[in-house]
Amino acid sequence: MRFMVLVRADERSEAGVLPAEDMTDAMDRYNDELVRAGVLLAGEGLRPSTEGARVTFSGGRATVTEGPFAEAGELIAGYWLIEVSSKAEAVQWATRIPFEDGAVELRRVFDATDHPAGTVLPGTAGKERTPREERPRNAPQA
Amino acid sequence: MTSSEDSPPGPPPTAGAGHADADADADAGQGDADGAAGQGDAAADAGRAIDAVWRIESARLIAGLARIVRDVGLAEELAQDALVAALEQWPHSGVPRNPGAWLMATAKHRAVDSLRRKDVLRRKIDELGHRLTVEGEGAGTGSELDEALDRMEDDIGDDLLRLVFTACHPVLSTEARVALTLRLLGGLTTKEIARAFLTPESTVAQRIVRAKRTLADAKVPFEVPKGDELAVRLASVLEVLYLIFNEGYAATTGDDWMRPALCAEALRLGRVLAELAPGEPEVHGLVALMEIQASRTGARTGPSGEPVLLLDQDRGHWDHVLIRRGLAALERAERAAAEPATGSEPATGSGGAPDVGPDVGPDEGAGGPPRPPGPYRLQAGIAACHARARTAQETDWVRIAALYAALARVVPSPVVELNRAVALSMAFGPAAGLALVDELVSEPVLKDYHLLPSVRGDLLAKLGRHAEAYAELSRAAGLTRNERERALLLARAEASAAAARGGAVPGGG
Repeated sequence: MRFMVLVRADERSEAGVLPAEDMTDAMDRYNDELVRAGVLLAGEGLRPSTEGARVTFSGGRATVTEGPFAEAGELIAGYWLIEVSSKAEAVQWATRIPFEDGAVELRRVFDATDHPAGTVLPGTAGKERTPREERPRNAPQA
Repeated sequence: MTSSEDSPPGPPPTAGAGHADADADADAGQGDADGAAGQGDAAADAGRAIDAVWRIESARLIAGLARIVRDVGLAEELAQDALVAALEQWPHSGVPRNPGAWLMATAKHRAVDSLRRKDVLRRKIDELGHRLTVEGEGAGTGSELDEALDRMEDDIGDDLLRLVFTACHPVLSTEARVALTLRLLGGLTTKEIARAFLTPESTVAQRIVRAKRTLADAKVPFEVPKGDELAVRLASVLEVLYLIFNEGYAATTGDDWMRPALCAEALRLGRVLAELAPGEPEVHGLVALMEIQASRTGARTGPSGEPVLLLDQDRGHWDHVLIRRGLAALERAERAAAEPATGSEPATGSGGAPDVGPDVGPDEGAGGPPRPPGPYRLQAGIAACHARARTAQETDWVRIAALYAALARVVPSPVVELNRAVALSMAFGPAAGLALVDELVSEPVLKDYHLLPSVRGDLLAKLGRHAEAYAELSRAAGLTRNERERALLLARAEASAAAARGGAVPGGG
């Protein structure tokens, strides 16, 4: 199952202040650890909301508001996308982030590759042929 | 610095409550429904945390210990002992701030105890004038042992790689390799492995026990093989990972989560292996292949669970994160192949670069000829052709046909040839495909393989030879064991029959 670990923005990230060097090093090591464990799928840091915009909808009409946005603690400053076997494992990884302070939030991602939660209804999906068997017909594939 | 020690994760622990609160908070913050607070919850939280920590830490714990005690079986026992200690202590003391280090320290102590006991035993036996070979020899005494323990946390990557190669050692049966890999590297329990392979738990337990004994009896060294041996052994490692993946992929959905979880596990192990052996093109090839295949999982079944063939799949349901990762892994494979092998042999022992045309393989070959693609890189290349096509019509069949030709040379098989025939027909028309299929008709391996008459029937129908197509499609329907597929084949046979009748009556239909 996949979890997105969302990093909350704070005044400093919103001000575009980059983390100190030792923090960057620590984060690099943490990211390496995620990679070497085979759990990291993706991850990015986001630039301050000054450089973003918000589109709100009302009665089917879209209104664009340019950043920055005031509510720093509710904004997102970055994310990791990890593939783990349980929520507890995701939590374990999150507790290892070398942050001094701040907050991250874990959200499970809808994912058709884990349990039949996505487009396929639970229990309705039947067994499928192996890729080897599936291959030859009009669908050559690896 | 070890980051997790210098900068505590989560909220600072309150006095007396220890770190368990931080973990409990983390869990409670996720909205656990059963809010009945108390001891039970704390214990359950600790239990979940221990499971999670075990999954993250067990492989390197075992790998590090195995280097010292030179016995994966003993290393696993020592690691398990540390886990038991955690199960006893953490529910009361709370999950330590750096649980991995805690487990490592505990396991180290047990390793020391175990080796000292053996050492004492050996000395006693020596005094009595006997000789005894101890597995821990060389790292067995005094300061030497301490040094080995001090080094334990360095070279973790090397240790893991050694563990992979040991678990996949050819002295073991394929089933044993698979079980041991999942057990030692995936941290799966015997029960979980049994569920995944629909095998009785006792069988799996037996298999694992026997595998560990076999490794010890055969005195399999805990090391990464060198030279020619590496190519052979790496092939075994990759085969095991792909077997695990396919076992899960064959049953992507279903009531039992363990089987699809095998796909994720194989992918995880493949990604780990790619980091451990970045210079091996075939490793990246296998990872690319698995990422791309896994990307199709969500599109492989229809609303009522019926299988959906590749070309009919809704590509919008493909997982583009995995596709991107797969294509990136394939690029890494090609870059690795372009670089001269550093102190190791190519992953594939096949001689002679397959002639796959100018656009297949790496573009730049700085420093020596690129290593020829092996089976996984080639299959990943084929998968990538499908992944890159936004619609089935955009598929680059010419390239796929070339890749199948190369694959047929590296791993010759009638099934690969049948695939190549399909690719040829898509690239150059049904007649080109049929010519190859006709050569396969006498192939004994394909005698009862329903896809041979199925493909042949398809091609005949496209060429307007409806009566023959009817015969082939009916034969295919008789051979398949899948009811849904039988229905599909019969419908197509009927259509061919109708077309044949239409063709026979001039001016009719």
